[in-house]
Amino acid sequence: MGSITSPIREPLVTGSKTYGQITEDICAPTERAPSISWVIAFMISNVLAAVFLFTSLWTVWQGIGTWDLNRTVGWGWDITNFVWWIGIGHAGTLISAILLLFRQKWRTGVNRAAEAMTIFAVVCAGQFPLIHMGRAWLAFFIFPYPNTRGPLWVNFNSPLLWDVFAISTYATVSILFWYVGLIPDLATVRDRARGFRKKIYGIFSFGWTGSAKHWQRWESLSLILAGLATPLVLSVHTIVSFDFATSVIPGWHTTIFPPYFVAGAIFSGFAMVQTLMIITRYALKLEDYITIGHIESMNKVILLTGTMVGVAYLTELFVAWYSGYIYEQFAFFNRAMGPYWFAYFAMMTCNLVSPQIFWFKKMRRNIYVTFIMSIFVNIGMWFERFVIIATTLARDYLPSSWSLYSPTWVEVGIFVGTIGLFFTLFLLFARLAPVVAIAEIKHILKSSGDQFHEEKKEYVEKHQFSENK
Amino acid sequence: MAKFKNVLFGLYDDDEILVDAVKEARNQKLDIMDVFTPFPVHGLDPALGLSESRLHIAGFVFGLIGAITAMGFMSWISVSDWPIIYGGKPYWAVLSFIPITFELTVLFSAVGMVIVFLTICGLGPGVTEKVLDLRITDDKFCLAFDVSKMEEEEQSELKKFFEQTGASEINTKTI
Repeated sequence: MGSITSPIREPLVTGSKTYGQITEDICAPTERAPSISWVIAFMISNVLAAVFLFTSLWTVWQGIGTWDLNRTVGWGWDITNFVWWIGIGHAGTLISAILLLFRQKWRTGVNRAAEAMTIFAVVCAGQFPLIHMGRAWLAFFIFPYPNTRGPLWVNFNSPLLWDVFAISTYATVSILFWYVGLIPDLATVRDRARGFRKKIYGIFSFGWTGSAKHWQRWESLSLILAGLATPLVLSVHTIVSFDFATSVIPGWHTTIFPPYFVAGAIFSGFAMVQTLMIITRYALKLEDYITIGHIESMNKVILLTGTMVGVAYLTELFVAWYSGYIYEQFAFFNRAMGPYWFAYFAMMTCNLVSPQIFWFKKMRRNIYVTFIMSIFVNIGMWFERFVIIATTLARDYLPSSWSLYSPTWVEVGIFVGTIGLFFTLFLLFARLAPVVAIAEIKHILKSSGDQFHEEKKEYVEKHQFSENK
Repeated sequence: MAKFKNVLFGLYDDDEILVDAVKEARNQKLDIMDVFTPFPVHGLDPALGLSESRLHIAGFVFGLIGAITAMGFMSWISVSDWPIIYGGKPYWAVLSFIPITFELTVLFSAVGMVIVFLTICGLGPGVTEKVLDLRITDDKFCLAFDVSKMEEEEQSELKKFFEQTGASEINTKTI
């Protein structure tokens, strides 16, 4: 027997798999012709991605006036969507990095797809600040490069610039981490392929042979990258929250924002992972690798982070009242009772109330409930950002400049379009690369495969109480 | 000049059998060329006598370079190259340089380590290593010996060793 894990723990790989079967099961989807449902899903995603392309080009061509932004609502759907997407990305890094450091073996079933999701979510997020600049082709102005205007540098004291660095670092490190993990698995696909496919996968697998020393360095590299990605992911959403928290707007200027944003990010990210994994495990027949146990574990994280977010909402309300500062009090009164009360209501119901259903084990292990909940959480977290951004800006200090904001078709098109972009990328990934980390599943097979479960039970029963007798 | 090597290798069906075989080979003072596995086998490194990876040193050095670069660059710009007062803060507003310093530390460290990893392992796009057996990335565990300079007798000794340690297949290949 390999390393001993407690028999109380559920098996993570079911179906009494052998190493060969694992390879076969996970590589097969990349080798057969795409299914009808994949083709249909891909076409729909492509159409939506085309909508994104059109509406963003429309914005660039006609100008930002095609949006309904105004004084005082300078940030609307765009920044809401930006924060929403960035938040979604956080779950991937949490699963791949933080759970690696915590030695959570269940991460192996979902880490590859979750990391891919991170990268695609960051790609979608990045579009919004870019388009919002208006002159997207001058986006390089945000980097400090030697220029002929002085050189005139960017403002290093601004959280918006910190964001530029945080998000570009996050994107780079996520891609590296994901790709380093992919190399051995791409080599597996390469060694099963023939002809042209073999050549292509040969290029992308970097000449991996599986030498013992390479594996040792690979593990060491993964561990250190995980160690780096852990504070990084916390810093990214902290800095995103600084975009708001360092301003002097009531409702934004709060110290609770960094932890509150990070918890919310992980919350929404896990919901998106659930949405994707429930479809993927069914479509690619990977139920033996992404088990109900995996789904339950993720639901526990959703319950925890959802409750943390809820506590933050209530703390905000309490502090607003307790501060005795009328502008702060009004900001929160306005959120709940003002013109955007429905957004606040949606946020509270979806994020704080509905996840409480996961206190029940039966609900945590129910795929349908989980799927519906994951959509709820995604919607709720979108509304949270909308509440923070638009509601606050619509009612500022001067009642004479109060305004209302609703999106135009262009803004809606860009948002819906990024969902298409996201699914286009994810569907391509599911066709071209192994969606479950093959080598890592093989690595945990002996400690977490179901065929060793009985054996472990017997072993523990035999040894556990012998000292007491 | 690339020199061709004759490699005699045994394929094992299980990681535990492989680790035992490697231990046995080390006991017999056999000169192992390399071991290839489909996944990182724990317990293999000590059995092979591999020293621990020193990749983390590279990570630290690159991280340090990143931190110094970021802090130095921002300090130079805001103190000497183009000082501007933002919100009444001092020119050298160290606290607001910390986020970017942190990000660049992580960025330099991660990128640097990956480059070092690929370089020392000789991996990269377009690298085509000859693979001893296609099933090594699937479910076979391979122990390989370089037999280019070995006599027939020694080779048959090795074959016997493979048989005794439970190899399911024994092959030779020139790479």
